[in-house]
Amino acid sequence: MNTIVPAPIAALPWRVIVILLGLASFGTAVLYSAAGGSFSPWAGNHFIRFCLLMTMAIMMSRMPMDFWKSITFPLYGVLILLLIAVEIVGFARGGSQRWINLGFIAIQPSEIMKPAVVLIAAWFFDRLPPAKIRSFDAIWPIAVLLILPCFLVILQPDFDAALAYIFCAVVVGFLAGWPLIYFIAGGGALAILGPIVFFFGLRPYQQDRVLTFLNPESDPLGKGYQITQSKIAIGSGGVFGKGFGNGTQSHLDYLPEGQTDFIFATMAEEWGLVGGLIILFLYFLLMRWGLGVAVRSKTRYGQLVAAGLTCTIFFYIAINLLMVVGLAPVAGLPLPFVSHGGSSMLTMMICVGIIMSIERHPGGRRGQFG
Amino acid sequence: MKENRGPTSGQLEFTFSRRAMFIGGVQAVVGGVVATRMAYISVAENEKYKLLSESNRVNLTLIPPRRGWFIDRSGKPIATNRADFRVDIIPDRLQDKQRTLGTLTQLLDLKTEDLERIERELKEAQGFQPVQVAEGLDYESFARVSVRLPDLPGVSPRQGFSRYYPSGAAVGHLLGYVGTVSAEEYQLDKDPLLITPGFKVGKQGLEKTLEMRLRGKPGAKRTEVTARGKIVRELSSRPDTPGKPVQLTIDIDLQNYAARRLGVEAGSVVVIDCLTGDILALVSMPCFDPNSFSQGIGRLEWKMLNSDDRVPMLNKSLQGLYPPGSTLKPMVGLALMKHGIDPEETVFCGGGYRLGNRVFKCLGRHGPMDMRSAIMKSCNTYFYAMANRIGYDAIAPVARQLGLGQEFPLPFQSQRYGTIPDSAWKMKKYGQPWSRSDTLNATIGQGYVIVSPFQLAVMSARMASGLNLEPEILLKKRKPAARLPFPEEHLQVIREGMDMVVNSAGTAVRSRLDLPDVTMGGKTGTAQVRAIKGGQRGQGGARRFRDHGLFVCFAPVAQPRYAAAVVIEHGMGGARAAAPVAKDVLTFLYDRDKAMASLEALEAGWGGNIEERMARQYAAFQASEGLPPADRSEM
Repeated sequence: MNTIVPAPIAALPWRVIVILLGLASFGTAVLYSAAGGSFSPWAGNHFIRFCLLMTMAIMMSRMPMDFWKSITFPLYGVLILLLIAVEIVGFARGGSQRWINLGFIAIQPSEIMKPAVVLIAAWFFDRLPPAKIRSFDAIWPIAVLLILPCFLVILQPDFDAALAYIFCAVVVGFLAGWPLIYFIAGGGALAILGPIVFFFGLRPYQQDRVLTFLNPESDPLGKGYQITQSKIAIGSGGVFGKGFGNGTQSHLDYLPEGQTDFIFATMAEEWGLVGGLIILFLYFLLMRWGLGVAVRSKTRYGQLVAAGLTCTIFFYIAINLLMVVGLAPVAGLPLPFVSHGGSSMLTMMICVGIIMSIERHPGGRRGQFG
Repeated sequence: MKENRGPTSGQLEFTFSRRAMFIGGVQAVVGGVVATRMAYISVAENEKYKLLSESNRVNLTLIPPRRGWFIDRSGKPIATNRADFRVDIIPDRLQDKQRTLGTLTQLLDLKTEDLERIERELKEAQGFQPVQVAEGLDYESFARVSVRLPDLPGVSPRQGFSRYYPSGAAVGHLLGYVGTVSAEEYQLDKDPLLITPGFKVGKQGLEKTLEMRLRGKPGAKRTEVTARGKIVRELSSRPDTPGKPVQLTIDIDLQNYAARRLGVEAGSVVVIDCLTGDILALVSMPCFDPNSFSQGIGRLEWKMLNSDDRVPMLNKSLQGLYPPGSTLKPMVGLALMKHGIDPEETVFCGGGYRLGNRVFKCLGRHGPMDMRSAIMKSCNTYFYAMANRIGYDAIAPVARQLGLGQEFPLPFQSQRYGTIPDSAWKMKKYGQPWSRSDTLNATIGQGYVIVSPFQLAVMSARMASGLNLEPEILLKKRKPAARLPFPEEHLQVIREGMDMVVNSAGTAVRSRLDLPDVTMGGKTGTAQVRAIKGGQRGQGGARRFRDHGLFVCFAPVAQPRYAAAVVIEHGMGGARAAAPVAKDVLTFLYDRDKAMASLEALEAGWGGNIEERMARQYAAFQASEGLPPADRSEM
């Protein structure tokens, strides 16, 4: 043990803190440039928010695992109520509203529901007798738990959030040992049903999104505009970028959402391929840490929660990056820890905080059914 | 219950670690895909996207090049560019279209048809391509708009250039006019310059045929703009390269004088330099004012031009065809001598010539005529008798050699070459053999013979000089012309005959030059418009049935320097209508003051100069169309 550094500080999970600090600092630099060399309105805000939420995550890491187990259901209930409340407020205001403003941060219940779904699924599989993992009993409670939040967010309408809940739950089910045949059959059904759903189940604007994604050049000034401009930003950056503060796509407003969803393109224009690889490497370290915590955890609950939350973070990263490089349709998901925006950062920090808590408390007790 | 026995906790833990590794693998694959894709876009497609990023950022505005000038043989301007003011709308920056157009209508006095055009062009316009509101504005209107600019986002008042022809109608047919590019022209050449507001192309005459020489290269202004079109800064600016000036062989003073001297008549004057073949004047009147076109001609003015029975839109000197009448007689004389007829041989004129049982009349009873006196008196009998002896197939080649029925390599869109008939031509065209009466008719420039005033001038110049002159409109150094294959003594006979026409007892003695030491030789011609019926000889009655008056001439007789042809449509006679014009035009070349004095006296009687008469005609037309007379300057 290092004797110079006080024990409580040395005990902090420095590895993940350094990774996240790297991502957030990089994001701050990009936001600083995007604002024309200014800390306002984004960069300063972003970094302060990161520090506050990082502190919150470190505090969360002090909580024992049982704490998370105990608040799982109350949290789920509160979030359902908040979703309903948001729905009512939105109805009263005559528009769709997704957040509740707490002053320094806007709470978006549909966001926080994502880690909550992981917690509740892990809690369920933890309690499920291992022998029943292949039975119907391992499926229907998950479906029941998902129905209400999915229904409420689709009402908003936030189709992407519903997909995220399903993804979270299915990933936990996969890790918990659902038979592989479910996934093979599900994949096959998706391949068959996908086109049917596309033609009969999606609204025209959702169909447009898919079509535009398949061929963005077909409508360069309309719906494909964002993807086209994003590719122009990344492509024109080259290997080393145009240099800090020299991005024209973002500075002259050609790139929409250059500080939130398309921040990767803003970054790539000025930092080039090199900047992109740095960010990918930091995410690789983050994912390796998260999965490592999961594998090292001694409890089934800890394993499922840590791996599930890592996948939740991954879901954001993957959808955002694939969208920005033109490989996925435009979806309003920010890039974790880099994009400006409070409510997604809160969600991400909740995930990180819980994973840190599991890292700190790997648990001695085996699963209840061990 | 073998099938009900599920996995144990240990098995599930094993499954978990395997599947966690699988998920890690999936994540690595996704990361790899993103990295590969990003590398592909930013390395392999870097050039493409760099270009796109530049074209996003940089907005290129073309500056229309100034058109090359036309200058005359001594360097005086014939067509120039006049700085004027224009107002455009940049569609992308326009905010409240209706209100803006309303204000502009008020400030610039726009007409309903202008507004319709602006609305239509705004609908079709994209982005930064400006749409013209008005051009050719005076400084006052320009200032009115400029002052209101803060309330008029998207409106861009600019200084531009428009084509200016100081001579107005006098050069209309010679130079043509310029106008905005039509949709068809843009289809042929998608150069973005063509649809830049303020850019004009030649639409007719030399403006059209010399377009590429006159056009020049556009300038450009590169500006950095935001996605919303706000200009961040000007990056660079390249001035336009004006088109090259074109120097014509025209003497602009002579051209203006001839145009004015034609006065209220419809007709042409062509003057050619007998030493070089240079065209010194090429006038056809009445004519449109090309300045009206360069700023977009009004619908009413266009209608007026097209409903005028004197056809101001037709270049009569090159495209008007007339029976040349007796102006061909000197040429016939040349052909007669070539075929062995002694110019001293006489024919007795008793008032006509009998061919079979038909008598071809002469205009008088001239008595004994040799070639010179036959030219002087314009005696038909002599030429009937002599031409009948050699036949027209012997005359037609001489006519062609002198330029009749020929097309010349000049940069004009269309020249009509008319007809110099012969037996083969008639057989081909009508399937009939040539008759002796055809010969007689053709000899006095009637029947099948039709020529343009320009050809008559070339004929006159070639006979006067004895040189095979090639007419030229673009001033340049040329090889001296070769001699024509006619003996000098033959040509001298002709010149003497033509000298006697004016200076002895001929048909044009009243048009003798009033100059101390310059004399003019010439030949009158009177061409019937329709067959003679009864006593009606085309000397009166409805204008459209009156004879054309023609005159070909050269001066000085001793050493020919200038040759000219004058045609006055329905002027009733060459001596009466055409020769006095030729006299004044040739006088102008030697004594400008004397010629101007004569012209000013005439113009007083006609009711003013060309501009004044045209303005009055327009006002009268406007009134006849039931519109209140308006000040032209507001157009």
